[in-house]
Amino acid sequence: MNFDLTEERQMLQDSLRRFLSDRYTTSVRNEILESEAGYSADIWGQLAELGVIGALFSEEDGGFGGAGFDISTVFEELGRAGVVEPLLDTALLGGGLIAALGNDDQKALVEEVIGGAVQLAFAHGEPTSRYELTRVETTATVEGDEIILTGKKAVVVNAEAADHLIVSARESGDVDATDGISLFLVPRDTAGLSLRGYALLAGGRAAEVDLDAVRLPVSARLGAAGGAWEAIAGVIARAEVALAAETLGAMETATELTRQYLLTRSQFGRPIGTFQALQHRVAELLIEIEQARSGVINAAGHLEGDTRMRDLNIAAARNLIGRAGRLVAEDSIQLHGGIAMTQEYELAHIAKRIVMAEHRFGDADTQLERFLDLSAA
Amino acid sequence: MDLSYTAEEQAFRQEVRSFLEEKLPKEMSDAVREGRGLGKEGHDRWHAILNEQGWLAPNWPQDFGGCAWNAVQRHIFEEECCRAHAPRIVPFGLTMLAPVLQKFGSKEQQDYYLPKILSGEHWWCQGYSEPGAGSDLASLKTKAVREGDHYIVNGQKTWTTLGQYANWIFCLVRTDPDAKQQEGISFLLIDMDTPGIEVRPIILLDGTHEVNEVWFTDVKVPVENLVGEENKGWTYAKYLLTHERTNIAGVGFSQAGLDAVKRLARSQMHKGRPLIENPYFAARVAQAEIDLMAMATTNLRIISAAASGQAPGVESSMLKVKGTEIRQEINDMARRAAGVYAMPFASEAVEGGNEPPIGPEGTAAVAAQYFNNRKLSIFGGSNEIQKNIIAKVKMGGRA
Repeated sequence: MNFDLTEERQMLQDSLRRFLSDRYTTSVRNEILESEAGYSADIWGQLAELGVIGALFSEEDGGFGGAGFDISTVFEELGRAGVVEPLLDTALLGGGLIAALGNDDQKALVEEVIGGAVQLAFAHGEPTSRYELTRVETTATVEGDEIILTGKKAVVVNAEAADHLIVSARESGDVDATDGISLFLVPRDTAGLSLRGYALLAGGRAAEVDLDAVRLPVSARLGAAGGAWEAIAGVIARAEVALAAETLGAMETATELTRQYLLTRSQFGRPIGTFQALQHRVAELLIEIEQARSGVINAAGHLEGDTRMRDLNIAAARNLIGRAGRLVAEDSIQLHGGIAMTQEYELAHIAKRIVMAEHRFGDADTQLERFLDLSAA
Repeated sequence: MDLSYTAEEQAFRQEVRSFLEEKLPKEMSDAVREGRGLGKEGHDRWHAILNEQGWLAPNWPQDFGGCAWNAVQRHIFEEECCRAHAPRIVPFGLTMLAPVLQKFGSKEQQDYYLPKILSGEHWWCQGYSEPGAGSDLASLKTKAVREGDHYIVNGQKTWTTLGQYANWIFCLVRTDPDAKQQEGISFLLIDMDTPGIEVRPIILLDGTHEVNEVWFTDVKVPVENLVGEENKGWTYAKYLLTHERTNIAGVGFSQAGLDAVKRLARSQMHKGRPLIENPYFAARVAQAEIDLMAMATTNLRIISAAASGQAPGVESSMLKVKGTEIRQEINDMARRAAGVYAMPFASEAVEGGNEPPIGPEGTAAVAAQYFNNRKLSIFGGSNEIQKNIIAKVKMGGRA
């Protein structure tokens, strides 16, 4: 057993933490939240330069990391600083799918992703699919040497900024079957593809995507026809480790802000942090954070192994962090009082990141259901 | 023991229900149900409709133009209003200030202010909290210094709800800096148009403008705007807070909220079946419903005791803690039910606007409401302060 980060990951953590604490201040972030793009191209470029995007890809794919603990190291720091830039969408999901399934031509995009030159979005969820990852109603029909995509995609994060959308569509099989799902690389300006964009409550932007007989060359398909499920499950597993780690980082910030506030806020003639009832509340949050950290380690450590163990540990971590995260977000606001209800205060954003992360790929209930299904399997 | 309402009470409920069916505008109930803001015009309009009916002031004595309903009638009225998605009556003038004026105000103050509260000419807001005086309200620092026929007021109030619409503010101010904390406070009525008052918006974490800072710089307030006696304001403030805490359990809001969650969970699909059939989600809904059924009875028990003249003690603190916990749990279920569609920031849905909301019906405002209603356990005496009150009474100095 060894729970220490490798030297490389320690350096990555240190440099990313330093960069974000210097450059990604509350006021900078609040400006980004107000901006039309919803993210900062400048910050994006600097993250690429720092090697943060490269750390999310294996050497084979042109990066220098890509393992579970690389992902958890990076995303814990992003969460700690409340970063809204779309690393999850462009790098882990979009870049990950191209790396897993793309041919040599398509894989050229991965290099551009690592260099910070390209944005991607994964258009997978649909208006009625909720968190069911195999439910794909969007259809792909081959017509000569073309493919026609028809359907709707829901809450596609980073769609407006994306140079390409990676769209899932069904070529065969039942509506919720794992077999029969294909992926297509669709340039955002393709005819028939329309977006209705909007801001997200916890920062960043997404869009409702309408695919109205979008015509693509057959060469736009990533991998084999109908055979994309394994790669989809793989990148979503990586994204779930990232979300768990990001939430852990945000929980640490929320608790630290709360601890500091209780030590300085005075009522009834003394710092409110001297009241035992409130001290115990902070103690509970600190206990939950250690549990959450272990959940992330379990999930990250099983990312490369057997898929059942991978998915079991991810469901466990995300259920635990769903519950613990809610407690930390709600209690941190409560222990602050009104000040934490204001948009400009750091905790407001951090609390929103924590709670809204639960809404990507499955909330605590959905994770519990997955865990039980996997336990029975 | 008898859990049923009397025939008179049932007839009263029917009367309220008929009134709401007839007079509550549909666009208004739609806005409330969907969690959209009403704006000043909407609030004013509902205020006028209730005033015309003579039902604007359920808690006022008849002499002052109120309904003089008993506690059970008021409860029925509130329950029916929530069920029909009627707008919340803005409470600052009607249920907070008015009882203070009726008990402690001069005849002139009663004659001048009370009719203007009913007519809507005066929109009141509350000047209690300060940046340094939250849970410890008695440590407030805004000061009023007597100079001839005026007080000169300097200081800052905060968390002033809907202060942007108000033209009057009732304030707790320090008139004797040397007295013990609670003994140097006075209760002043201040015209918001007086020079030296500045209202600055505070934007909340869900993007809404609901509360404000109110700054006072050398604001001249006529001495006749003092309520009761100088330095006795804390007594009046405490009296007001007991009125603030009526309907503190929010049972009607919880019932309406739970209905909304069930509606949403019937229309949202989970693995090809309605979410409401999913055992994990259904268990959450059932748990909240069980808590709420008991809360409704707890609330009625305390209301009945109050109606028979027993002053509520720690019970109102208990209602506040448990009632807000249930409401917040229901808000949490609503965002859960919305699934991925909890993520969009629905500024149009919250503030009112023309764009159709993103996502299925009933999902647009749920996450914003979840965050906004974190305030329930903070304001009106935080839940921690309520527990202190309970503990002080039940544990204080006893073996």
